[in-house]
Amino acid sequence: MLDTKTEAEPKQAASFKLTQALRRNRRVLFPVLILLLILLGDRLIQPNFFNLRIVDGRLVGSVIDILNRGAPTVLLAVGMTLVIATKGIDLSVGAVIAICGAVAAVLISTTTLPPLLVIGISIGAGVLCGLWNGLLVALFDIQPIVATLILMVIGRGIAQLITEGQIATFSNETLEFVGKGVLLGFPFPIFLSLIVFALVWLLVRRTAIGLLIESVGANDRASFYAGIDAARIKLLAYTISGICAALAGLILTADIKGADANNAGLWLELDAILAVVIGGTALTGGRFFLGTSVIGAFIIQSIQTGIFVSGLPPTFDLIVQAVVILAILFLQSEEFRQLFVRLWGRLRKPA
Amino acid sequence: MTDYAQTPVLQTEKLTKAFGSVQALSNVDFNLYPGEVHAVLGENGAGKSTLIKLITGVYRKDSGSILLDGKAIEPHNPHEAQALGISTVYQEINLVPTLSVAENLFLGRQPTRWGLLDMRRVNTDAKALLKTYNLNIDVSRTLSNFSVAVQQIVAIARGVDLSARVLILDEPTASLDANEVQMLFEVIRLLKARGIAILLITHFLDQVYQISDRITVLRNGEKMGEHKTLELPKRQLISQMLGRELLTTLNEDNEKKLATEANADTFLQAQGIARRGMLQPLDLSVSKGEIVGLAGLLGSGRTETAKLIFGIERNDRGEILVKGRKVSLKSPRQAVQYGFGMCPEDRKVEGIIPELTVRENIVLALQAKQGWFRSLSSKKQEAIAQEMIAALRIVTPDANKPAGELSGGNQQKVILARWLASQPEFLILDEPTRGIDVGAHAEIIHIIKRLCSEGMALLVISSELAEVVDYSHRVVVLRDRRKLTELTGDDINEQTIMQAIAEK
Repeated sequence: MLDTKTEAEPKQAASFKLTQALRRNRRVLFPVLILLLILLGDRLIQPNFFNLRIVDGRLVGSVIDILNRGAPTVLLAVGMTLVIATKGIDLSVGAVIAICGAVAAVLISTTTLPPLLVIGISIGAGVLCGLWNGLLVALFDIQPIVATLILMVIGRGIAQLITEGQIATFSNETLEFVGKGVLLGFPFPIFLSLIVFALVWLLVRRTAIGLLIESVGANDRASFYAGIDAARIKLLAYTISGICAALAGLILTADIKGADANNAGLWLELDAILAVVIGGTALTGGRFFLGTSVIGAFIIQSIQTGIFVSGLPPTFDLIVQAVVILAILFLQSEEFRQLFVRLWGRLRKPA
Repeated sequence: MTDYAQTPVLQTEKLTKAFGSVQALSNVDFNLYPGEVHAVLGENGAGKSTLIKLITGVYRKDSGSILLDGKAIEPHNPHEAQALGISTVYQEINLVPTLSVAENLFLGRQPTRWGLLDMRRVNTDAKALLKTYNLNIDVSRTLSNFSVAVQQIVAIARGVDLSARVLILDEPTASLDANEVQMLFEVIRLLKARGIAILLITHFLDQVYQISDRITVLRNGEKMGEHKTLELPKRQLISQMLGRELLTTLNEDNEKKLATEANADTFLQAQGIARRGMLQPLDLSVSKGEIVGLAGLLGSGRTETAKLIFGIERNDRGEILVKGRKVSLKSPRQAVQYGFGMCPEDRKVEGIIPELTVRENIVLALQAKQGWFRSLSSKKQEAIAQEMIAALRIVTPDANKPAGELSGGNQQKVILARWLASQPEFLILDEPTRGIDVGAHAEIIHIIKRLCSEGMALLVISSELAEVVDYSHRVVVLRDRRKLTELTGDDINEQTIMQAIAEK
C-alpha cells in the first residue's frame, strides 16, 4: 500500500501517456485486441491451438489454417473496404467468385490454353464484373445495394451457364497451386492475399486515390464541386473489388479442383462486409482502414476455425459466430460503452 | 374581393420559435382570411418556412398561439394539420409518381365495392374532381407522365378535397415555365372564389403582384409589415425585405446598358447562356483584376448563373469563352482545368468535407486538378496547409483537425484556401460572407480585394448590398432569373441596385 503511494506519480504519467497513445490508435488497437482475445479463447478451447508442425515441407497448424482459410475473405475485404469508403457496397462478390471460378475451371479442362492465360482471363472476368457494377452505380446512379444485387442474383446463373450446370472439375498443377500450393513452407493463398493487400494499399495510399475516395464517400456533392471525378473513383473501387473477388474465386476453385456454381463463395460477401465494419470503416463512407479490414477478416476466420477445432457440432457454427460478432459490435458501439460505464457507476455507488 | 370584415380563418398570435441561440421566429402575428391569397415574403432566414412548419405541426412552437376559426390548435404533425383543414403543397410534390393520377387523388380513402377497390369509381370520381379544376386529363395514366404543373394541381386537388380550408403553397412555381404558372394561377383563382384561404410562399415578386391580395413581410424572424398588395409599391416591399430605406428621389435612367465588350484582359465571357427553367439568356464578362458583383434577391438567378458558368449545370443555349476561346464546360472538373474555382453557397453540403482534416480539405482541389498519380507528399500538403492557415488566418489548433469541427467562418476560409491552393485565375464566390461572424466577415472582404489587386478575376454573389457596393467594379443586377442591368463606376450604390431590382 505504501509503496504504491510513493510510486503513484510517475505511474500516473505513464498511464496517461498510454491512454493518449491508445486513444490515438484505438481504431487499430481495438481490432488487434479482439483478434488476440479470440485467439486466446481458441487456445483455451484447444490447448494445442498454437502448435505448429512441419509436414512434407509445409507448416501445419491452426494459426496457419486461419491465415490460409482466411485468404479469400481478406481479398474480398480489401476490395470491399474501397467500395464501402465511396459510400457504396458490393453484394456481388460471392457471385463473382462463382463466375471467375467457373471461367477458370471450364477453360482449363476444355481448352489447351496455357494455365497462366486462363488465370488472366478469369481475372479479366472479375474486371468486367467490377466495371459492370461500377457503371451502374457511377454512371446510371443506381443505389449500390440494388446495382450489385443484380449481379449477386444473376451471377450464379451465369456461372451455371458456364459450367453447364455441372461441377466443373479439372486437374492442372499450375491452377491448383493458386489454392493448394506451398511457398517457403507457407500455403500460397497467404502470400497472394497479403501481396494484393500491400499492392492495393500502395495504390491508394501512395497516390492521391485514397484521399479522393474518402472525399467522395464523405461528401460526394462537395467533391464534385471541388473538381473530383467521382464517377471514375467509384468505377475504380468496384473494379478493384471485382479483381479481388476473381482472385478469391481462383483460390477457392483451385482448392477443391472444381467450380461449384451454386456454392463457391456463398455468403462470403457478408463476411467481407462484416470484416470491413469490424475494421472500423463506417458503412456511411468516408475514412477507410485497409489494414484493420484485413484484421477483421482474420477475426472472422479465427472464430470459424475455433469452432471447428472445438469439436462443437457443426450445427452450432453459425449461432456461435453470430453471438461472438454481436459481442464485438456491441463493444465497438459508443452508446453501448456509455451504457456500460453508467451501469458500472450505479453498481459501485451503493458500495 | 376579399371581405376583411370577416374573421380570419387562420391566425397566429405572438408566435415564437428558437433553434438553440437562433431566434427563427419572434412574436409574429399573422392573419389569413377566407378567399384571399396571402403572400409571405422574406429573404433567406427570414422565418417563412419556420412559420409554415409551426402551422402544419412539423415544429412545436416555443410560445404564442395558432388559432383556427378563433380556436387554439396545436397540431403535432402535418397529418393532424390536414385533418384540421390545413393542407400544404410543397415544391417537391408529395405524391407517389408511380401511381395513376386517380390513385394519387384517392390514396388511403379509395371507394370500395364489396370490400374490393372500386377502380371504376376511383377513375370517374377523379375525373369529376379534376374537371372542377378545368383539368381534362386521362386520370388512369401514371402521375409521372404529366408535367410538374399538372402534378402540382393534382396535389392541390387532393389537398383541397381532403377538407382543406387553408391551403399552403410553398414555392409552387419554382420549376414551372410561364404558361404553366398561368395555369396554376387559374387554379388558385378558382380556389379563392370557393373561399379557400391560400398562403403563398414564393421568390418571384412579379407573381406576387399578379396573384396575391395581401403581403406579410418577414425579416430575421420578425414581422416587418402586413400590407394590401395594391397599396405596397415594389420598391417599398424590397426595402422591407432587405431592411434598408430606399430613397425615392433617384433619377431613373442613371444606369448604363453595357454590352459585354471583350478586351485583352477579359478572362471569361458568357454570351447568352441560358437553361430552360433556370436562367434566361444572359451576357456576362469578367476581366483579370476585376470584381463583378451579382446582385438580386434570393431566387433571382444569381446562384444559377454561377452554376452554369462553373459547369455544375449545363447551359442549353449560349456559349462560354475563356480568354477569347470557346470552351465547353461539362463539369466542375473541366472548369477547374481552365483555372476556375468556386466557393459554393451551401457550405455544409457543397463545400466542406467535414470528416477530412483541414489539410486534406485545403489540398483537395489542387490534388483533383493534378490527377490521381501526381500526388502531393504529406510534407507538401502540410506546407500548403500551413501557408494557407497563416495567410487566411484560419483559427485551428493544427492542420489535422477535422474541418467539420471549425466554426462557420473558418470553414468558409478553408474552402477559400482550397481554391487559392489550386492557383485559379478566376474565382466565383457565392455568398462568401453568409453565416459567419463579424471579424471573419471583414477578413474575407479584405482577402477578396487583395486577390483582385493581385490580378485574379472574381465573380461575387452576395445578398449584402453594402458589401457588393464596396468591392465591385461592376454589378450585374438580376431579377426573376433574368439580367436587368449592369452598373459601373459611380452608378454602383445600394440605391441604384434596389432601384433596378424594383423597377426594371
